[in-house]
Amino acid sequence: MMQKVFSKPQALKDCPTHYCPGCGHGIAHRLIAETIDELGIRGRTIGIAPVGCAVLAYDYFDVDMVEVAHGRAPAVATGMKRTNPDKIIFSYQGDGDLAAIGTGEIIHAAHRGEQITVIFINNAVFGMTGGQMAPTTILNQVTTTTPLGRDASKQGYPLQVSELLTLLPGTIYIERCSLHKPALIRNAKKAIKHAFELQLNNAPGLSLVELLSPCPTYWRMTPVKAIEWMENEMTKVFPLGRLKG
Amino acid sequence: MAGKIVINIERCKGCGLCVAVCPKGGIVISKQSNKSGYFPAEKNNSACTGCASCAIICPEAAIEVYREQDILNKPHKETTPDLVKGKK
Repeated sequence: MMQKVFSKPQALKDCPTHYCPGCGHGIAHRLIAETIDELGIRGRTIGIAPVGCAVLAYDYFDVDMVEVAHGRAPAVATGMKRTNPDKIIFSYQGDGDLAAIGTGEIIHAAHRGEQITVIFINNAVFGMTGGQMAPTTILNQVTTTTPLGRDASKQGYPLQVSELLTLLPGTIYIERCSLHKPALIRNAKKAIKHAFELQLNNAPGLSLVELLSPCPTYWRMTPVKAIEWMENEMTKVFPLGRLKG
Repeated sequence: MAGKIVINIERCKGCGLCVAVCPKGGIVISKQSNKSGYFPAEKNNSACTGCASCAIICPEAAIEVYREQDILNKPHKETTPDLVKGKK
């Protein structure tokens, strides 16, 4: 007798995504949807989609979603959580959204200790606009705006937002996970669930889970090469593990 | 056969991540394209243990995993392949 042990979560709509083959957004969406299903909070969760590749995330999640201006998700989440304290608010933001244009919003939302959950997708590149350098681009990484590789003397160093936010007393939980191996994806799921549980239990402060995610298209690699590159290069610059909480 | 996977070939984009992580070499990329023009993953052999590694890494949630009932009741360690234990 065969028993089903894995299938698409209920909180994810049954439609194909627009993401490129091998993109990590699909995995991240599924982990969040699984968490929402397991906690039974589908009716009271509101998600915030970013500007970036995941701008159409509201088409894929079967929960209430809003789409906000570039980088402003933590600011909108603040208003939503303060006016509806019984709702579970999560923002889903890429590295261009959270670490570039939205740096001010995330730092001040964390500084105020807003009770929201932030899912931060770090793929070290601007995906939607065509593969330009992001603040999180690692040194010597080739992008369309750094054709010779990122040079620290000209373009500076990769920005480690998660480490930065651990210094603020308003954050209660920060963890960096990766989506390049099944074992690490299981860990990422645990981290996301923990972040949601903290908000469910009214823990005072902001919880953030950073997910390293592959972007095979703009890293100009096959999906399998991309996960190898994450293992060999990206996790050295962005070490995995629980940073706070 | 301890496990079984069902691949939704119309959702699959043929990225090949499941092929790379399957500890039994149980998945290959098909030579027949689907309606969207992608070459989807398909089963290669019947060595599946139902470990669900392929489904966990699938970005499209296109894989369903089934496992034999009596295996599910055994302690976790005996049935989990090396890859899932988190060791390289």
